[in-house]
Amino acid sequence: MIKRSFYKKLILTLVAWIAATVMFFPVFWMMVASFKTEIDAVATPPMIVFNPTLENYATVQQRANYINAAINSVAISVGATLLALALAIPAAYAMAFFPTRRTRSTLLWMLSTKMLPPVGVLVPIYLLFRDIDLIDTKTGLIIIYALMNLPIMVWLLYTFFKEVPKDILEAGRIDGASRRQELFYLLAPLSLPGIASTALLSIILCWNEAFWSLNLTTSDAAPLTAFISSFSAPEGLFWAKLSAASTLAIAPILLFGWMSQRQLVRGLTFGAVK
Amino acid sequence: MTALTKTRRVNTLPLITPSVLVLLLWMVVPLAMTLWFSFQRYNLLNPQIKGFAGLENYKSLLADSALWTAMLNTLVLVASVLGVTVVLGTMLAVLFNQEFFGRGVARLLIIAPFFVMPTVSALVWKNMLLHPVNGLVAFLTRSLGFEAVDWLGNWPMTSIVMIVSWQWLPFALLILLTAIQSLDHEQMEAARMDGAGPIAMFRFIILPHLKRAISVVVMIETIFFLSVFAEILVTTSGGPGLATTNLAFLIYIRALLQYDVGAASAGGVIAIVLANIVAFFLVRTIARSLEEG
Amino acid sequence: MASVKLRDIRKTFGQTEVLRGIDLEIEDREFVVFVGPSGCGKSTLLRLIAGLEEITAGDLLIDDVRVNDTPPDRRGLAMVFQSYALYPHMTVADNMGFSLRLAGAKKDERDRKVREAARVLQLEPLLDRKPRELSGGQRQRVAIGRAIVRNPKVFLFDEPLSNLDAGLRVQMRIEIARLHESLDVTMIYVTHDQVEAMTLADRIVVLRDGAIEQTGTPLDLYNHPRNIFVAEFIGSPRMNLLPVRVKTVSEGEVTVTLPDGGALALPIRSNSLKADEEVLLGIRPEHLRLSERGQLAGQVMVVERLGSETHLYIQTQRGEMLTLKAEGQSAARTHDRVRVEVKSEYSHLFDQAGGAIVNGL
Repeated sequence: MIKRSFYKKLILTLVAWIAATVMFFPVFWMMVASFKTEIDAVATPPMIVFNPTLENYATVQQRANYINAAINSVAISVGATLLALALAIPAAYAMAFFPTRRTRSTLLWMLSTKMLPPVGVLVPIYLLFRDIDLIDTKTGLIIIYALMNLPIMVWLLYTFFKEVPKDILEAGRIDGASRRQELFYLLAPLSLPGIASTALLSIILCWNEAFWSLNLTTSDAAPLTAFISSFSAPEGLFWAKLSAASTLAIAPILLFGWMSQRQLVRGLTFGAVK
Repeated sequence: MTALTKTRRVNTLPLITPSVLVLLLWMVVPLAMTLWFSFQRYNLLNPQIKGFAGLENYKSLLADSALWTAMLNTLVLVASVLGVTVVLGTMLAVLFNQEFFGRGVARLLIIAPFFVMPTVSALVWKNMLLHPVNGLVAFLTRSLGFEAVDWLGNWPMTSIVMIVSWQWLPFALLILLTAIQSLDHEQMEAARMDGAGPIAMFRFIILPHLKRAISVVVMIETIFFLSVFAEILVTTSGGPGLATTNLAFLIYIRALLQYDVGAASAGGVIAIVLANIVAFFLVRTIARSLEEG
Repeated sequence: MASVKLRDIRKTFGQTEVLRGIDLEIEDREFVVFVGPSGCGKSTLLRLIAGLEEITAGDLLIDDVRVNDTPPDRRGLAMVFQSYALYPHMTVADNMGFSLRLAGAKKDERDRKVREAARVLQLEPLLDRKPRELSGGQRQRVAIGRAIVRNPKVFLFDEPLSNLDAGLRVQMRIEIARLHESLDVTMIYVTHDQVEAMTLADRIVVLRDGAIEQTGTPLDLYNHPRNIFVAEFIGSPRMNLLPVRVKTVSEGEVTVTLPDGGALALPIRSNSLKADEEVLLGIRPEHLRLSERGQLAGQVMVVERLGSETHLYIQTQRGEMLTLKAEGQSAARTHDRVRVEVKSEYSHLFDQAGGAIVNGL
């Protein structure tokens, strides 16, 4: 005799998987297209059974401008993350372990800077960058991204630092650890997962950023977001290759995103939802 | 303060100052410049004509029907996507809170859209799905016997709303799911013992618990949705006509396509004011959670 | 009538069998306590009765009606949770009236019943407060009030006192006992604290590893534990267990040889014991006495002075540790060499398998 709870579970599974499949389908369909030949990719009716090929990936990887864009994305994301971490870690450390009356208002003020709509300062930034020759440079984007993500990272690191159990640090002090030893042997290992998550989140946000990357770059420093948007005119013959390029562009971030779901929630809600 | 903590007092100022300084610059300088430019007559095509314009930029902007169309579009876009993501997000969060087969994998699949870069999302939807000739949706509608719909041509705003909702539904889902999972199990069991069926459970126990999370989602999403840009650029470029031009896109047009710095800056100021109104409420909510947590 | 009958109840979680065949009959108006170490299955058993978990095999009958498939709110039960599980966004009055509201009762009736329950528990001044404004003890009473309002046939308590501090715990224990008296309903109570079990129960069910070790009144379990586990679980400090050897068995009496050579005659009738058999002598700390004529010799290692009684931890020459509970303030001091007298009429014998050697067996 099948229990009632089993039926319930079965129905839930069906509904949930339908939702999941519908949501994932566009991504899936694009990935499938990347393995089709160009002709197959734009065939109507759409081909479900086809001969898979890796030629698109081979071609894409040889395209200099694709490689350039990929390198740019990596360089910019990593660079901005490192810069932001260099600023955020000391600040979050100070505010978590040595809070003052100002700490709360500082944190809230940082939060408010994130509320600034980028389009509001498009004009001055564009003109400024033009005048100091930062248009179409990786450096320019690195600076902007670091600034944009700084508030989120300070907040995220702050919440992580606050979760380090105080007694462990106090035990270390009683055992005679100097401040440097305390930082190196106790704090670093304990907060490393938190720092890693924060870095991961920053990389995701930088990689996917699609406002400044579209407006402040043209060719040299164009990351993958801009590279792909340059194909917005629908020319069917490019579609399979574009799918391959897109798949390569989103795959790492998809993986990172899957790994960092929890931190995402924490980071993007500034700790209001844990 | 015990002796232990006293000896460890660190001068925190040099640690915090760089971040604060940098953010201050980032905020103050561009903001001030935008404000200044908005009172200037400055067009990059004719850089010789410069001068103080007073409120002229604002006046002509406010008189420009394009601005009001853009504001309306912004409102429609934000409200629609909010509605879709919050309602569907809540329902899916309740669903994914239950146990079912393959929950872990299903969860990965359903949150994937959020991590796809906006330009890729837009292109996929534009070419693969919504394209009236080659698109999959067209194929499906034709197989059902209906004519293919030119989504981006005839229903541009609906299409944009679809695309942005698709991208952001996972965000709402994740946050609301996290909030539901913090609901005390014993509370739900007590409700079961009190006779609560699934509907009563949702109405009296789950929904009140989600109030805070929903308001956070609404506020954060609003701030992001006010600035939707890439999706519009890649699919409709604001068209047809001005049908999908929101405030952000209008400013972009004015600034980088028409080189009208003055008007664009005035528009930018308006966008900032709008965002600040929402931001005020968000900061208050976060402040409250700081105290409690 | 609100009897609860469990017939060969089994519960499996995945591959693990958590409850292995529970047979129990709880009578109307009885106060039964499920007690045992963590992991013994007592909470699971309670939750099966409540309907919060599904019964894998066996029958559960409430008032002789099989309720295995009846949903929790239709079994005529109410439960008080360990964490109280109050609804944080509702007032005390709404918390208590929630079940009535779900059942569709009109506002007047709801208010009346809530007020009645509030009166019993002295919660009237708190009716408009929210749970976060209440103390632990007050929240507990609201949780109980929520249960009372439902007018259940059986009250279920899941370790309700564990979250309270010691003083409050004693107070609430008394309140629960008085509640049982005044409401006159069946109560099933789960705890790991044997003091709560002893003081509250009409009958105690001792559980270990998913099976019942023994059922009986508190004094039954104290005076006649069926095995070592029950003997050690009930009573504090624990019963002493000494390895001894059977010397002679005669009509109505068994003589054993103590570890250091002395002999002790016990008023136990046994048909199966043989001479030279190795058994365990069980004697509670309160049944040992310091005396010149004591059968055991040893040295006091630790003295615990509680004022009303003294606990002496004595090490015998063979190395065994004895716990002795003396009334009042004993004059004994650490390192004293003492002789301990065993009150034979309170002794227990256990065989090598741990089972008690009861009169007649």
